[in-house]
Amino acid sequence: MTTSPTADVTTSDSSGVSGAEIRLDRVTKRYPNTAAPAVEEFTMTIPAGKVVVFVGPSGCGKTTTMRMINRMVEPTSGTITIGGQDALHIDPDQLRRTIGYAIQQAGLFPHYTVAQNIGVVPGLLKWDKRRIAARVEEMMDLVGLDPGTFANRLPRQLSGGQQQRVGVARALAADPPVLLMDEPFGAVDPITRGNLQDELMRLQSELGKTIVFVTHDFDEAVKLGDKIAVLGDRSTIQQYDTPDAILANPANDTVAGFVGAGASLKQLTLMRVRDVQYSTDEVLTVTEDEHPATVADRLTRAGRTYALVVDVRHRPLRWVHVRELAGRSSLQQAGKPVGDSVSTQSTLQDALEAILTEGGRAVVTGTRGEVVGTIDITTVTDVIAGVREEHGVGEAG
Amino acid sequence: MTAVAEGLPGVSKTSAVERRPSVTSRSERFRLFFQPIAVVVIVAAVVIWALTSDLNANERETLNLPTIMGLLGQHVVITIVVSLLVVAIAVPLGVALTRPALKWLAPVFLAIANVGQAAPALGVIVLFFLWSGIEGLWAVAIPLVFYTLLPVLRNTMVGIQQVDRSLIDAGRGIGMSAGGVLMRVELPLAVPLILAGLRTALVLAVGTATLAFFVNGGGLGELIDTGYKLQLNSVMYVGAVLAIGLALLVDWLGGIAERWLAPKGAE
Repeated sequence: MTTSPTADVTTSDSSGVSGAEIRLDRVTKRYPNTAAPAVEEFTMTIPAGKVVVFVGPSGCGKTTTMRMINRMVEPTSGTITIGGQDALHIDPDQLRRTIGYAIQQAGLFPHYTVAQNIGVVPGLLKWDKRRIAARVEEMMDLVGLDPGTFANRLPRQLSGGQQQRVGVARALAADPPVLLMDEPFGAVDPITRGNLQDELMRLQSELGKTIVFVTHDFDEAVKLGDKIAVLGDRSTIQQYDTPDAILANPANDTVAGFVGAGASLKQLTLMRVRDVQYSTDEVLTVTEDEHPATVADRLTRAGRTYALVVDVRHRPLRWVHVRELAGRSSLQQAGKPVGDSVSTQSTLQDALEAILTEGGRAVVTGTRGEVVGTIDITTVTDVIAGVREEHGVGEAG
Repeated sequence: MTAVAEGLPGVSKTSAVERRPSVTSRSERFRLFFQPIAVVVIVAAVVIWALTSDLNANERETLNLPTIMGLLGQHVVITIVVSLLVVAIAVPLGVALTRPALKWLAPVFLAIANVGQAAPALGVIVLFFLWSGIEGLWAVAIPLVFYTLLPVLRNTMVGIQQVDRSLIDAGRGIGMSAGGVLMRVELPLAVPLILAGLRTALVLAVGTATLAFFVNGGGLGELIDTGYKLQLNSVMYVGAVLAIGLALLVDWLGGIAERWLAPKGAE
């Protein structure tokens, strides 16, 4: 990178974290002719390589707070450091070229092609043409847009979701250690939004940027955030903690109101089946070529009523009840097909859905689709109870 | 990946590229195609008719190709000088008046430009002549600049103001300087409106340049004036038809410029 030395806030190490720590210390923004400051004495440390989500009601100052980090809003007082460098004593334009910036509705220049839009910041940093072209292509691949198809399109020839992808690619083009995102997925439909969130999580797991993400959607915050800051009036921090902890134990009524109904259900989206103790010995698996009588015998000895029929690669096929075995000569066609199964990668919310549709117990499959165990409703309830206990919720909670 | 599925090749690609609201309508396309042809045919017919008809000595004095071309040339020069001056003054002024530091001056300059346009062109030309005492090209060009400034000034300001604030925010946010955003985002996106203003100004300039003869500025007005004073209808016809034809041609050129000079993707 050939920026002036004062603006070089890039820090890279080999641990997959390319982000830089951001510290805000008693940062205040006071607009002229207003009684109360928009942001008052805001102090926070945003760890390097983590996603911190600011949530709060409209007008609470969360966007203003975020915009002070790249000085789109100049703080009235306080200090901000990025990667140890005093951000308030760097030329703002130079500073912003080292901080990715993605906003609602993408803010793409309508008269620039996709490639030109993505190449703006590298251009400002005076990269040579060939390097910019290569970087643009890399970025388009990264956000899942085929360069051959999309490079020369204009923004209006893209769907809303594609525009957002370009917006993210533009923000990442100069490989900034810090990324600021202001409701970047606020204007797209829920399905696209979900896809974009998944994409961002995938990108982040590869890139390890420090991301400050502003949203008013608590579910989005839970999904994306390593930490969530729930902000109240004048950007006061109501609670700053992991999604887990906030869901389990909201610090006050404001936070509780924001968490909304269904905190436990939201909690389930945070955990994956592989993280919990699903049972590995509760089910009797049999292959199709076993004789029904043998199976019935094994069931009786094990004291069970159901057996899970699996194929040669140990993938689940059907549930068969001991009563259905009587008089049969083969296990072919016997029993009820397994409908919904969950993988070890699935969230507990998906698992709960499968448990409910399967009638109390769902099959857990491994990476190649093989049966590795089963999960039932008590596993889920135990997990919720455990989390609540861990975050110190009393009986009344 | 969903993105690839979303971006099916050819989905409304052509229709999107062609869409340019100010010029979309079929009537506009039709006009851009037929207007110059009609103008050339009618003007040529009138001029040929005049030159080949039985002319008396007085008529021959003015109705000859060198004289007509000379006056036409003067008219075109006045128009070009006026438009260049208007662009050179109104665009930078319009830009300056949209900058935060100078915004408060905008009403003042708009009022001045409004006065300039509201006042009769002839009055402005004569007053300027009386005040300055100069005659010829500049005696026409300078008052006409004042007279035709408004459309370009106003459209430059509106053109820049209508640029989506979020684009400016995005531009600044990714590290473009204020000047960079102006040159690379605001001005290009204002070009369609600036050109529309220029087209109006040009048509105004061509029309009012017929008054140049009052201050010895030449132009096609001289044909009309001569024809009127000496009661030579054919001379008046030629002068009037040429003036109208030139105005329509300039309007056509403006339309072409709007169509081809506006950046793709700008609306």
